[in-house]
Amino acid sequence: MIELLGLTKHYGEKKAVEDLTFTVRPGKVTGFLGPNGAGKSTTMRMMLGLDKPTAGDVRIDGMHYRDLKEPLSYIGALLEAKSLHPGRTAYHHLLCLAQSNGLPERRIDEALEMVGLSAVARKRPRSFSLGMGQRLGIAAAMLGDPRILMFDEPVNGLDPEGIRWIRNLMKHLADEGRTVFVSSHLMSEMALTADHLVVIGRGRLMADTEMSDFISSNSRTYVRIRTPEPERMRDLLTSNGLTYVAAEDGSLEVEGDETARIGDLAAQWRLPLHELSPQRASLEDAFMRLTAETVEYHAHSGDQPETEQEPAERWGRGFPGRGGEGS
Amino acid sequence: MRHATRVLRSEWTKLRSVRATRWTLIAAVLITAGLSALICVFTRADFDNMSRRSQATFDATYVSFTGMGIGQLAMMAFGVLVVSAEYSTGMIRSSLSAVPQRGLFLVCKVAVATGLVFVVGQITGFGTFYLGQWLLGSHSVGITEPGVLRAVVGAGLYMTLIGLFAMGLTFVLRSPVVSFIVLMPFFFIVSGILSSVGATQKIAHYLPDQAGTTIMAVVPQTLDRPYGPWGGLLIMVGWTAAALVAGYFVLRERDA
Repeated sequence: MIELLGLTKHYGEKKAVEDLTFTVRPGKVTGFLGPNGAGKSTTMRMMLGLDKPTAGDVRIDGMHYRDLKEPLSYIGALLEAKSLHPGRTAYHHLLCLAQSNGLPERRIDEALEMVGLSAVARKRPRSFSLGMGQRLGIAAAMLGDPRILMFDEPVNGLDPEGIRWIRNLMKHLADEGRTVFVSSHLMSEMALTADHLVVIGRGRLMADTEMSDFISSNSRTYVRIRTPEPERMRDLLTSNGLTYVAAEDGSLEVEGDETARIGDLAAQWRLPLHELSPQRASLEDAFMRLTAETVEYHAHSGDQPETEQEPAERWGRGFPGRGGEGS
Repeated sequence: MRHATRVLRSEWTKLRSVRATRWTLIAAVLITAGLSALICVFTRADFDNMSRRSQATFDATYVSFTGMGIGQLAMMAFGVLVVSAEYSTGMIRSSLSAVPQRGLFLVCKVAVATGLVFVVGQITGFGTFYLGQWLLGSHSVGITEPGVLRAVVGAGLYMTLIGLFAMGLTFVLRSPVVSFIVLMPFFFIVSGILSSVGATQKIAHYLPDQAGTTIMAVVPQTLDRPYGPWGGLLIMVGWTAAALVAGYFVLRERDA
């Protein structure tokens, strides 16, 4: 279990993380969602004691990270940025980590086996592909067989096979009763893996909810109607107690799942229909609505100066519906 | 203590598993011994042309360590790279995630690297001395003569301190480029300029390299200093300690 209490991080004037309070519980995958630059990585680095909070506190199973003598047995983390020496072989990278925490050397082989890197154990990561580097990072996270796992944007830049592998791994780890905390800027990715959802925007907590609750309360269903006789259709809807909204493209939208009833009514009154379709607002829309006002207009990469960015860049290239290609 | 032993083992694994360690240390030995040997050869050939006064105060020990002026560069490179590699590669995030006790992390890293540098320094010291004396022929001194053993052991200590100083400074500056940019002028330009002007010469005497080199002199006239060989080394120890303490505070306070 990870507990955050009023966690805050300011870089001078810039408020990267502001008063975050939430708990990451065992036995499920908790998704940590937010647009790029919302403060996800900063929060994770503070959880690991790498960055000092300006205010607030993080506890790992009730303890401060800095007081853990064998932290790798409590919590394993895959950070977004590379965290290894490219000239040190995969085996030696894991060996030095294992030795520092008094872990038996067989754990190295087990971890390499688990991520499928046994064959390149004696190779230097300099020559690794992005996916292999990511796997080595996961092997390092799994080295101490920890009860808590943390992944920062683990699927970024991976091929479809790698993405599926990581998704399954996270679910598997949560099923074993471990605490799994994973960040992403993609709602679609979270919808597939997370059981619980923590949403942040501009460093502030926007939502802390079960995934299923988030879906049911945020995904709006409605019926879209297109007809050459919109006036008659409006009268028909009103007289049957159905409220509608006129969309910009001339179609009508009726809240709820009333497709069959509207179809029957149209047939009964011999009203021609060009479209009658049930619609579901996507989770991306819900996520966007939630964080719309908080979208960070600055690049977020440590100490770099702030720069204006195009929306597509802000949201990440993979963000669906914003000129990205989806994933 | 068990915790410290683990971290020491871990740091030793880190040190021996990257190529930079081997190459910088081999370079330090070869450059120091090679250049010193060359100068010994020239000195022997030129000895008869030297002034009588120079001949009388000839310091065969000190001359056999002349190459260290350049050889220390490689030792600096070792010290800088041992620390800066953590930051430039991002390894520091893994390292501090595994050992969040930053003071212990620094002490263990520095201790392991210092141990290795000490051994290499002593090998360089004795190797360079014997090679140099052999090449100086009739102008050479023996290790048993007064002050000579101290100078030879001191040469190794000087190299060790150079490496340590570089480590401490790099914990402050983090970047290999910035560390070199600060170290180079400090040792080669500032030191040189200050000591060439009479008025500032006295200040230059208290710079780490100028103070430290006194340990390698046997004949008192070689270096005109207000302190003795051990006093000089102590000044260098002071610089090194200051760099390490500063490094510790930066590591403790700053985000990784």
